[in-house]
Order: sequence, then structure tokens, then C-alpha cells
Amino acid sequence: MTKKMHIKLNVNGKDEEFLAEPRELLIYTLRERLNITGPHIGCETSHCGACTVTINGKSVKSCTMFAAQADGSEITTIEGIGGPDQLHPLQEAFKEHHGLQCGYCTPGMITRAVKLLEEIPNPTEEEIRFGMAGNLCRCTGYQNIIKSIQAAAAQMNAAKEAAE
Amino acid sequence: MIPTAFEYYRPKDLAGVLSILEEHGDDARVMAGGHSLIPMMKLRMADVPHLIDLQDVGGMSDIDVGGDCIRIGAMVTQADIIDNAALAQAAPILREAALQIADPQVRYMGTVGGNIANGDPGNDMPGLMQCLNAAFTVVGTDGQREIPAREFYEAAYMTAREDEEVLTGVTIPLPKGGYAYEKQKRKIGDYATAAAAVMIVKDGGTCVSASIAMTNLSDTPVFSEPAGDALVGTAVNDAALKAAVTAMLGDIDPVDDNRGPVAFKNHVAGVILRRAIERAWSRA
Repeated sequence: MTKKMHIKLNVNGKDEEFLAEPRELLIYTLRERLNITGPHIGCETSHCGACTVTINGKSVKSCTMFAAQADGSEITTIEGIGGPDQLHPLQEAFKEHHGLQCGYCTPGMITRAVKLLEEIPNPTEEEIRFGMAGNLCRCTGYQNIIKSIQAAAAQMNAAKEAAE
Repeated sequence: MIPTAFEYYRPKDLAGVLSILEEHGDDARVMAGGHSLIPMMKLRMADVPHLIDLQDVGGMSDIDVGGDCIRIGAMVTQADIIDNAALAQAAPILREAALQIADPQVRYMGTVGGNIANGDPGNDMPGLMQCLNAAFTVVGTDGQREIPAREFYEAAYMTAREDEEVLTGVTIPLPKGGYAYEKQKRKIGDYATAAAAVMIVKDGGTCVSASIAMTNLSDTPVFSEPAGDALVGTAVNDAALKAAVTAMLGDIDPVDDNRGPVAFKNHVAGVILRRAIERAWSRA
């Protein structure tokens, strides 16, 4: 057996330290070691995006990264974006505009959409389709996901303007 | 979907990388973004007892647009290519191609160096680099050497890079003229059924030079000199387009797979090349 590695992560603002084999994939670290079960395992082959998390400002499929690679990183999962007490505008919009049915893809969708709206605060439908292309949904047909992201963008931009 | 156990290394410099490669030979592999290698390790199709993560090795993440050439470090990601304004100005074909690779998440991680060095015939950068007549810099314990992109690919996953060498970057002569990277794929994230990289220089309504390379239509990228030659001296009319496609079809060697039978791939290759030439010509 290979030597275990000492790994440090900051997940949703909390420091975590543990020993893990180098082959431990980040999605398993999050779900099974840290009990952060928002990021889902869908395809496990880098296609579906259900495992998407933000690592040092980049949207990453956590099934395709070893925890060892992420050593020293800051990670945000859906749990760090908003919760039942205070939904993120994107979560609120997905709820309001039926941006989900079964909900399996939703944590990855919203985590990716947060980053997309950071990069493009007021995206066109085409920019949303292109920017969300790494996340698959088998229920909605995507139309309501696009509506949800547009509604959240409008709400966030209005809030930003009001604050200025 | 858990790989076989391996030792993980994250050296701080190239000397550290080279000493691990020297010690373990072909039991060691370098990894950039990992988005080709990790899926293969998970499927246990790649066995990597010693995995060397390049993320802490400095000096391989820059894009330098110079007066006559462009230098791109191996660790530059597809997302970096897309976001770099100077590069988009100097060599817009790189951005056009990078936007057609994988999906946003994968483009944040996937690197130019990995795409080039992996030797997967499905990767887009190798054909593009052949079209642009780039040279690859590889570094080993004996020093550094430059390998032309057009001489780098020997067979699927077999390249002119030795096991104990690391590809550190690419140098691209500043491209001139019209450009196009055209790719047919079944879905976002798929490799090409066929893709074409085309550069054309026009002078007074006549094509004076043309460079054409094809992706995923052989066990290596295919730089088709005859296809480019078929356009030179013409006004890139229908006859010239047909001649270029015919010449290209003589150079590719597609195989039957889940993207279709050989006849279909030849058909798609012709369609894609025609579109790429027309677009490059319209921009020339």
C-alpha cells in the first residue's frame, strides 16, 4: 500500500486536515470523508457535471481531481453557496422557475452558474447554454434552467445597482 | 472507478521532475490538468505507479506574443487561451479551436501541453499546431530540444518525446492570413468525428499559401501538404475546393468506430474541410 498523504483543504470556509491515499478522488473526500454530500456522483467520467465544485475560483469536476492535487486549495460546494435559511438568488430562481425536477444535477448546475454569473453578469441565452455545457440535466430540457439563471442574473444585477 | 494505488509527487521545479522521471523510467508519468490521464487511470487503462503533478513547477504558465512568434507554456489552460486578448488578436485560430474543446469545467483544467503531449489522435491542439507549423520544446536531463509539430506524432499515444523528457511549451510563428478551425462532434465534450485547421494567405484574389491539418482521422494528426498545395495559385473556387478535399482524402486513414464507418468519416472530413477553407478564405 502506498504511503498516505497529509492533505489540507479549506472547504466552504472551514479548514480540514486528513491523511489520504493519493488515489482518493476529491468527490469521495467531500462526500464520504467530510460528509459534504451536495456535490453528486453522476457519471463519474467527467461528462455530467453533477460533481462540480469551485476550486480556487475555477469550476472543476471533482470526480476528475485527486484530493492530493487540491491540497492547499479553497473549495466551495453548494453548501457554501446558500442553505434553507438563506437561499442564494440562483437557488431561489431555480425554485421559482422550475429549474429542477429530480434535483440530482442541481448542486452542480448552481455551483457552475454562480461562477458563470461572476464571469458574465448579464449573459444571453446563448452564453448560458455555452457556459453551462458541462452540466447535464435529464429532466428539464434545460429551458427552465436558462430561465432560472436569467432571472437570478436580473435579480442580482438589480440588487447590485440598488446597493450602489 | 478508483485507480490502482500510486505514489504522488509535486516537485517545485523541473530538475525535481526530471530526477523522478530518471529514477522510475516509464513507471512515472507527468500530469498537467489530468483531464486525459485521470479518466484513463480510473478506467485502469493507464497504469501510473509514480504520478508527477506539474502544478507547482513554475515558468510554464505564460503566453508571450512576440514580434515574430508566440510562446505558450505547457501549463497554459484552454480557458487561459480563450481569455488572452493579445493572443486572440495575434492568432485567433487558437481561441476558435479552444472554444470547441470539451466543456467549461474541463477547459479550466485542460492544458495546451497535455493536449499536445498526450498523443491522443482525438485531441485538437496537435493538428492545429501542425497547421501553424509550431515547434515543441522538450526538456530532459541532457538538455533542451525543439521538435517540429509536423514530426512529433508517430502513432496513437506515441510521440518523438522520450519517456524521461517533459514538454515545457510551444513556439508558433506568428500566423498570417485567414484562419478557421472547424470541428464536427456528436455532442459537447466529445472528440471530433472530423476537424480541420486551415490557414490561407491571399494576395490580389489569389491564394498564395495554404496550410491544412486534420484531426481524429488517422492514428496521428494529419498535415496534408497536397491539400494546401491544391489551393495555391487558385481563386479558391469550387474546382480548387474539390481538389483540396480529394488531396486530403488521400492523406487521412480513418477507422470504423462509434463515431461512424469509414465512408461516413471520409464524407464528414470533406464537408468539414470545405467549410473550414471557405471560412478561412472569407477572412483572408
